[in-house]
This record gives sequence, C-alpha cells and structure tokens, in this order.
Amino acid sequence: MATAVFRPLNARDGMQARWTDGRETSTVAESFIKPNDRLSSFERLEIYNRVYWFRVLDCLYDDYPGLRAIVGEKRFLDLATAYLAKYPSASFTLRNLGSRLEKFLGEEPQWVTPNEELALDMARFEWAQIVAFDDAALPQLTTDALDTPPAKLRVRLQPYLSLLELNFAVDKFLLAVKKREGDTLRDEASNTFEAMPQSSKRRRAVRLPKRERVLLAVHRYDNQLYYKRLEPEAFAILCGLANGLTVEKACVAGLAKTKRTKVDWPRQIQEWFHDWSALGWICQRKSVGGIVAG
Amino acid sequence: MPANPFNNFHDYGIGIGLRVPHYRHILEKKPVVDWFEIISENFMVDGGRPLEVLDQILEQYRVVQHGVAMYLGSADRLNREHLKKIKRLVRRTNTPWLSDHLCWGSVDGRYTHDLLPMPYTFAAAKTTADNIREASDFLGVPICVENVSSYAEFHASEMTEWEFLSEVVEKADCGILLDVNNIYVSSQNHGFDPYDYLNNVPHHRVGQIHIAGHSKFEKYILDTHDHPVLDPVWKMYAHAIKLVGKTATLLEWDDRIPTFDEVHQEALKANRFVEKQFQNAAA
Repeated sequence: MATAVFRPLNARDGMQARWTDGRETSTVAESFIKPNDRLSSFERLEIYNRVYWFRVLDCLYDDYPGLRAIVGEKRFLDLATAYLAKYPSASFTLRNLGSRLEKFLGEEPQWVTPNEELALDMARFEWAQIVAFDDAALPQLTTDALDTPPAKLRVRLQPYLSLLELNFAVDKFLLAVKKREGDTLRDEASNTFEAMPQSSKRRRAVRLPKRERVLLAVHRYDNQLYYKRLEPEAFAILCGLANGLTVEKACVAGLAKTKRTKVDWPRQIQEWFHDWSALGWICQRKSVGGIVAG
Repeated sequence: MPANPFNNFHDYGIGIGLRVPHYRHILEKKPVVDWFEIISENFMVDGGRPLEVLDQILEQYRVVQHGVAMYLGSADRLNREHLKKIKRLVRRTNTPWLSDHLCWGSVDGRYTHDLLPMPYTFAAAKTTADNIREASDFLGVPICVENVSSYAEFHASEMTEWEFLSEVVEKADCGILLDVNNIYVSSQNHGFDPYDYLNNVPHHRVGQIHIAGHSKFEKYILDTHDHPVLDPVWKMYAHAIKLVGKTATLLEWDDRIPTFDEVHQEALKANRFVEKQFQNAAA
C-alpha cells in the first residue's frame, strides 16, 4: 500500500495505471484491496494516493510562495512532485517537508532554469523562515560570561537565527509577493483531507529581483518573524561566532577583508554586539566547571 | 455510568479543538470552554509562537493531547525520539490522557502524514497492542486509541473493524477514543451498520468521543472536518452516550474553520444529548 501511496499521480491527478514492475496497477490493487459495489480496488487505493499528494503538495505550496513566484505555479507543482518523489517526508511533522529542498535544487537545477541561483537563494530564505518560526531559543549570555576576556570568550548564536549570504534581494521580492497574494504560511498539522492546491487567480507577476549581494539574518523577536540586512563585517563576525571562534578572533576575522578605513571599529563592534544582545541572538555555550567553554 | 479506569474524566464536558484562527479570540476574550484538545504534533517544536500560545492557554484551560503521528499500528517499532518529544509535551500540558489513532502511516522512515487503515488480523492486533503498551509505559499517561475513517478494506482481514478495535484495546488494556463520525463514514464506505459497531465495542473502555462533519461524494464519503455535525452522526452520538454514559466529548473542525463562537455553539449541541440521557437515567 505504501508503494502505491508514495507514487506520483498521473497528469490527470489520478493513480498511475502501471505498477512499478509494469503490471497493471488494477491487478496489484485487486490482490490486497477489496472492491465494493461502488468502487473498484483501484479506485479505493487511488483515494489514498491522491490524498497523500494533495496534502504534501499543498504544504509546500503554502511554505514556498517565493519559490512559486519565481518558477510559476505549474512548474512549481512539477518541481515539488519531483522533490517529494526523490525525498519523501522523513519527519513526523509537515513542518520539515522542505528541509531538503535546497539540496534537491542543487542536485537537479533543471527544475528552476533559467533562475537556478535565484531559486536556490529563495529556497534557503524560505526554509530559514520556518526555522526562525519555531526552532529553539537558548538562554541568553549572562553578565557573568561577559567578564571572560574576548580572547577566551566563545558564544553561541540562537538556533532559530540563520545567516544567509545571497546573490539576490529575495527579502524584498518575497515581501512584494506576499503583499500580492496575502501571507499564507502553513501553520499546523491536521489529519483531514485537503484539496489539490489551486493555482492562484491570474495576478500581475512581481518583477524578479536583479543580482545583488545581500547578507541577511533571518530571526524572530517577541515570537514575530524578522529579516535584518547586515553589513559585510557584521555578517563575517557573526559567522565567526557561529563557527566557534572566540569573540576576539571572530572580530579580527570579520575585519580582515574590510576596505573601510573611516570607521571607528571598536565603537562599531560594540554597537553591533549591543544590538545583537538586545535582539537575543547571543547565547551561552556549554558551561564546563564554571568556565564558558568552546 | 460510573467512572472506570479508562474514563475517569466523565465530568470533562464538551471540548473543542484548539486551532490557529481562534488563537486571538481565545486569548483576548477568554471564553468559557470546558477543555481544549490540541494536536500534539503542532506543539512538538522547540520554541517560538506555538509554545508561547500553548502556555497562555494552559494558564486558563484544561488541555488534552491528541496525536496524529504515533502510528500505533505500524509494523515498525515506535520511534523513540518521537515518544520523547511527546513526553516533553505531556510534562508541559499535564494532559490527563492522550489519544492517537488505530492506524499506520510510516514505513522505513518515510511518512505519509495520513491515517492509513490496517488489515484486521490477529497478528496486527498483537503488534498494535504491544506498541500501545510500550507508548503508555514510556509516556506515563493513559492512552485512548481512536478508530479512523477508511476508504479501503483488505482481503487479509480476519474480523470486523469493531472486533479488531476490541481485540487491540483488550490486549493493550487501554482506552478508546470513539469517533462516531468516523464510524459513520466507514459504515457508508464499507456497507456495515454503524450501530453494530457502537453496540459491540467494550463501552467501559471509552474515555473520549469525537464528533465532526464529513462530505458526501458520489461514490464515497470523506472525513473532511469542514462542516457542522450531520444528523445521522448526532443520532449515533446519542446512542453512544446511552451506552457509555457521560464522556468527554470533542468537536473536530479542521478546515474552512468558522468563527470561534460558531464552532463552540456546534460543539455545545452535544450537551442536549448528554442532558437528555442523564435525565432519562435519573427518571
């Protein structure tokens, strides 16, 4: 039964007529499903096949409005079907359905040509929003930890915070898309049946963003989702902290490539840390014997 | 009917499902509701808005957990990581019992996110009962298993669905979440008398009842939870209450969700049947 449920639907949203080994699917269905006076074995099995695909496609449809706007409605459903056929859900929750979409687009870029890079940026950005919505929040850095010299202090960034280096302004693009069609992020699981995602009524398309380097933090504050653009040095320092460098080394590495000379860097870095602390991004690493350890 | 080990909460009254479109109304207006049922998986997250809302709800209301992904009928062993997440939520909610479905839905680590029907065999009943016992022991709360609506039957089945349900709950020594709408849907799809079902399950094990709406198609009925409860289901509910006594009852409304008040009023219709039965019993 599982084999039948997971097999993609045919072009008419029905169950495929041929089984994996070339036999007629109706023959296979008859071997384990009883018919009744209204439905054949094939038709009864098909209900489950259709419901599975309607449910998972509907979920991705809601979770990836930006990617959908880039590739178009019909292509998005083809892409989502190919993705789920290759990477079926491996989690109890539909929340994680898109967790391997970025990987898939890297492996099979033909689904998003000629906008491969843009689609990849958007997939990363939209997944980061799912993470920001409900991933863990760790205790913030304590004032005791701040007594540790920067040369020894290592910190963690919140698990819900994603740092994205992007080639397109997908943040502004997605805002425009959502403004156009209303924010419809899926928000919970249910065990009821859902209809096949319907293509939105024809609306004026949002112009695709031009190539532009964007460094973005996707996070939440007061349980609301936010995106924050970062300066290159700030982004580099945060990446260093995320990679386990001490605060001092992260700052040194963060400024290593800067060409800006008219900046009071000590003051600037202090301001950044103040902001990041206020946003709750910086938290304690595992403590060993009272010493903040890496 | 007096309380029994599987129905210690016969005074719980009529609950409704906690759903996102109603969050604001509930948190701002604080309506009087006997209890809320949550879909466990929606709150098995590590942080953020879902848990914030849940904590606010828990300050005001009684909450019972209802799962959709334990897959007690799967041939695979239960997923320990999943059970640990449920247990963390149980500690948070203090749910007096929890429920999940008599179904399977995952195989070899792949999830269908559906409640798939089981072949009603003695071997499947034993496997399922073992899973329920393991889950109940691990979680430390009573478990009620819910009958699902189904659209297919297996040649391999050796008994009726209600015989299978009875076999499982007796072997597992657990409770039943009796979904009268699901019984009705399945009875129409498979051509059995739903009252045979109601009359022949172990009534003393019914710890909770679900009611819901469904949708009729040309050749079958779908369990859509997007309508008010239909008359045949209310009649079955009345009969069920007569058989099992006052039982915690919950209205499921999961799609095309109307206002909170509309859902709540629909749920409270159940009181008519409960009160009528209670008056008859007193007389």
